[in-house]
This record gives sequence, C-alpha cells and structure tokens, in this order.
Amino acid sequence: MQWDIVIGLEIHVQLATRTKIFSGSSTAFGAEPNTQASAVDLAMPGTLPVPNEQAFRYAVMFGLAVNAEIGRRSVFDRKNYFYPDLPKGYQTTQLDHPIVGPGFVDIDLADGSSKRVRIHHAHLEEDAGKSLHEDFHGMTGIDLNRAGTPLIEIVTEPDMNSAEEAVAFARKLHSLVSSIGICDGDMSQGSLRFDVNISLKPKGSDELGTRTETKNLNSFRFMEQAIAHEVERQMDILEDGGRIIQETRLYNGDRDESRSMRSKEEANDYRYFPCPDLLPVVIDDAFIESARDLLPELPDERKARFKEQYGLNDYDARLLSDDARMAAFFEETAGHGKDAKLAANWVLGEFSARLNSDDKTVAQAPITGEQLGQLVARIADNTVSSSGAKKVFEALWKGDGDNADAIIEAQGLKQVSDTGALEQMVDEVLAGMPDQVAQYQQETDPKKQKKMLGGFMGPLMKASKGQGNPKLFNEILLKKLSN
Amino acid sequence: MTISREDIEKVAVLARIRLDEEQIPALEKDLGNILSLVDELSAADTDNVEPLAHPLDAVQRLRADEVTESNQREAFQAIAPATENGLYLVPRVIE
Repeated sequence: MQWDIVIGLEIHVQLATRTKIFSGSSTAFGAEPNTQASAVDLAMPGTLPVPNEQAFRYAVMFGLAVNAEIGRRSVFDRKNYFYPDLPKGYQTTQLDHPIVGPGFVDIDLADGSSKRVRIHHAHLEEDAGKSLHEDFHGMTGIDLNRAGTPLIEIVTEPDMNSAEEAVAFARKLHSLVSSIGICDGDMSQGSLRFDVNISLKPKGSDELGTRTETKNLNSFRFMEQAIAHEVERQMDILEDGGRIIQETRLYNGDRDESRSMRSKEEANDYRYFPCPDLLPVVIDDAFIESARDLLPELPDERKARFKEQYGLNDYDARLLSDDARMAAFFEETAGHGKDAKLAANWVLGEFSARLNSDDKTVAQAPITGEQLGQLVARIADNTVSSSGAKKVFEALWKGDGDNADAIIEAQGLKQVSDTGALEQMVDEVLAGMPDQVAQYQQETDPKKQKKMLGGFMGPLMKASKGQGNPKLFNEILLKKLSN
Repeated sequence: MTISREDIEKVAVLARIRLDEEQIPALEKDLGNILSLVDELSAADTDNVEPLAHPLDAVQRLRADEVTESNQREAFQAIAPATENGLYLVPRVIE
C-alpha cells in the first residue's frame, strides 16, 4: 500500500531576554544551580508574576516576520500538571488568546521548488527547570535556573509531507529567529527544541490518520532520523492491520530507537483555566510599530538582495543569506574582495569546509571577512594563483601571519604575470617537447587538443617554480601552438 | 447529573489522591451535588456574553527587561528538606 506522510511541528524557542518572563531573575546561561531562581520562580507563597515587556516585543517581532496577525489582547492560562521541575504545579501559558495568530513561512526545497507552511499560532509561555537523574543517593536533583525562561511555542499546520520538508522548515525557522535576534539559536543548549507530529494516511485519502508526537529533538540530523524511524514504525503497524495509538514518544538519536513516553488518551487532563494572577495584556499599534522598527533584514529579503547586488545565483544566495553571521561575513569578504562571485566561492568553499572540519561556527572562525576579502582581491587581480591562495588561506587560518599580502610576500607565492618572462619560459619548454608540439598541431579534435594542452602546463609550472600565472600561460601556449 | 464510581477513581488517579473504598459513596453524593449546581449554571443563557478572562476590568502592566533579583539560594535552601551541590533533592523521578 502507498502512504501519504503528514507532518506538523511544534517548536519551543527560548527568547534571548535578559530576565525571565515573570520575574527579574537573570536568564544567563551556565550559572551555578539555583542561583538564578527567585521566590517567584520557586513559587513561594504570596509571590505574583509581572510579565517582561521584552518577551512580548520579541514575540511580536516573530509574528511580523512570519506574516501573522498579532493578538491585540492576549491572555495567560494555567496548564496544570505535576512534575518536580515545575514548582507551581502549572505552567503559565496561552491557550485561547495567543500573542501570535495565523501566519506562514515559505521554504525552499532541494529540487528548486518552494512550499508554503502555515503557522497555526505562536504563544508565550515559561520554560520548566531541569531534573538531574544522576545518582543523588537514589534521589533526583532539581535546578530551577531555567524555570521561568520565556519561550514562544510555535505550532504549524500539518503542511509538511516528508522529512526533507520538515527539516527545511526547521532550518528556515532557526535562521529566522536567530536573524531577528530573538533567540541565540544555540541548539546544543536547547535554545530551540522541536516536537514532531506524524501520521500516515492511504495515498490520496482526505482523512488524517492517528498521529504520534516525538518530543524534544534538538538537532536537524536527529529530527530527520526520528521522522524516518517513526514513519517506518507506523507503516509496519498499519500494513500488519494494526492501529496507531495516539501517544508521545521519545527518540534516542544515538541508538536510532524510540519508545512510548505516555499515552495521551489516558492521563493528560491539563485542566486549563485563565490565570487569575495575570490580567489580559493589550498590544496597541504603537507597540507593534516599534517592534517592526526593530526587525532587521529578513533572510528572504537578504537572499533577494544578494542576487541583485552581487549577481549571485539562487543557490549561493540562499546558502549565504540563511544565517545572519554567515551573511555578514560574506558581505565583509565581498566588500574587500573586489569580485563578489569569487568571494562567494571562497566563503562557501574553503571557508565553510574549514569551519566544518574544525567544528567551528562563523563567530568562532580564526579569520575575519576582511582578511579573506584581501586574499580574494589578490586572486582577482592575479597576484596569486588559486593553489597559492589555498596556502595563504591555511596560513591565515593557523595565525601564521595576519594579512594576505604579507603572507604572499613571505612565502614567495606571488604569481609571475610578466608576459615577457612567461613567453620566454613557454618558448624554452616547447623547444624541449618537439614531439608533443607536433602531435598537438596535427590533432583536429578541439576536445583532444584541450586535453593535450594540459600536458604542457605541468612542465611550465615546474619551470616557473609554481609561480607562473596559469591563465596567462594558457593564453601564450594557445598563441604559440597555433603558429 | 451523576458521577460514576469509575469517574471518581480516575480523577483520584489524576489528582494523585489515594481513596479508601468506604470514602467513595460519600464522594459520589457530594461531587454529584456540585455537578448539579454546575448544570444549573450551564442553563443560564450566555449567548451574548463575552467570556471573562479576569474579573478586574483592567489591563496588565509589563515590566522592563532588567535584572532585579539577586542570588538568595542560601536563604531558600535553608528551608528545603534536602539539597546537595546547590540542587534541590526530591524523591527519584522515573519517566
């Protein structure tokens, strides 16, 4: 049987505010346990929450960035459940009147097409603390520093139909929230966490199947694997005539297996009700417009500008515009590099490869866009060959010198572009290879001729100690050989 | 409106309250009475009434995003039953 895959996502995004959503405790990462947990965060009797204006501003910025309606009157509700890292016994969240209403995000797919994914809504809520299950004499340790950290939970419509689409959406969302500066985007610290709702239905059917939810995926790779895993699991059950149980599952990326966490049919009665401690929050036009003024260029806008301003193709423009830091690095490189296309090639090629192999982010790169730009400028004006440039890049990366010109000078990588000197070398080399010259001149197939031309380049590069400009050598060779 | 024995047992599980057998008949009666009262409320015509989020007719004030709390862990943990390495300790939680 053929199946359609239906995927919807819920994404928890930690907002990059200085303080918590309902208290003035710091949200700085990495503090000693419970040193950033105040009386409000600990749910001490008699405390009252006071909402953080910046959390609302960030949520509104997100809403504007995904073309959504902004909830003019948003209301907090209590979601009751019992867990020791939730001292109040309820999570303060928004149920019926969220801050962000319906919107959409367009994603680019590998085949060059694009697809619209609708956002159902996004609401503000508080994060819980952390439970540490290591052995504390048979007890569990609780750190409440994270309790009360502001989150927006973004809920999509079930508009994605493959792991590729879901991951493309997740990446786009990651790029969006980090670009507009409302989230630090650090997935390894849980700043973005994805829950994936998956169901299958017979191909072409209008009726949705029973879905499961796989929770807390914090890398794109695990997300892709978890979807593949869950689709296969459901398909096996359905094809054996079984029934999918609506439940929450946990995926273990290291072992590529999942297990049931709790069955939604049973215990989940959250007894939502409006929080009596908080009044409705009214968002007026002035607030929305001030949030709009804070929005930087969005990745989609930046991509369009890169194509226009730098003449990049769609693919390069997308890769360079998705991440704000990468985009800024490219612009700095292009600004000093004279040739934008060449700058793009170096940023996406050598530079990105080096980041990957050293497991570094753009912010951690040991070279600046200006340094790479100066190198690109020297490639563009033929001062250094591309193989020489790789040596310069390596030296810059390792800190053996801090500017391209000095390294080119010190390592003798300057390309010889003096036509007179190069012509002399060509004459000498050709004089030593009469058979090959004769063969070349008798050949009529231009493709084969081109190949044979390569046979002269080796000796020429050797004669010039690797410093001859290959482009000029090529031109001179063609001229001499056609005589 | 009546409430069944099974309903009471399920709510007790959700609320993590242990019930003795002999408590159930009395609860059946009491909760049944409360639900009848709710039925009476439900009979009121609310078609033209906006749902009320809060009894006060006011809007929430927001605070600036500035750190105003200092570390008072020692004071808070002085009244906690068990702590270690700055953590609050609770009976082991098993997912």
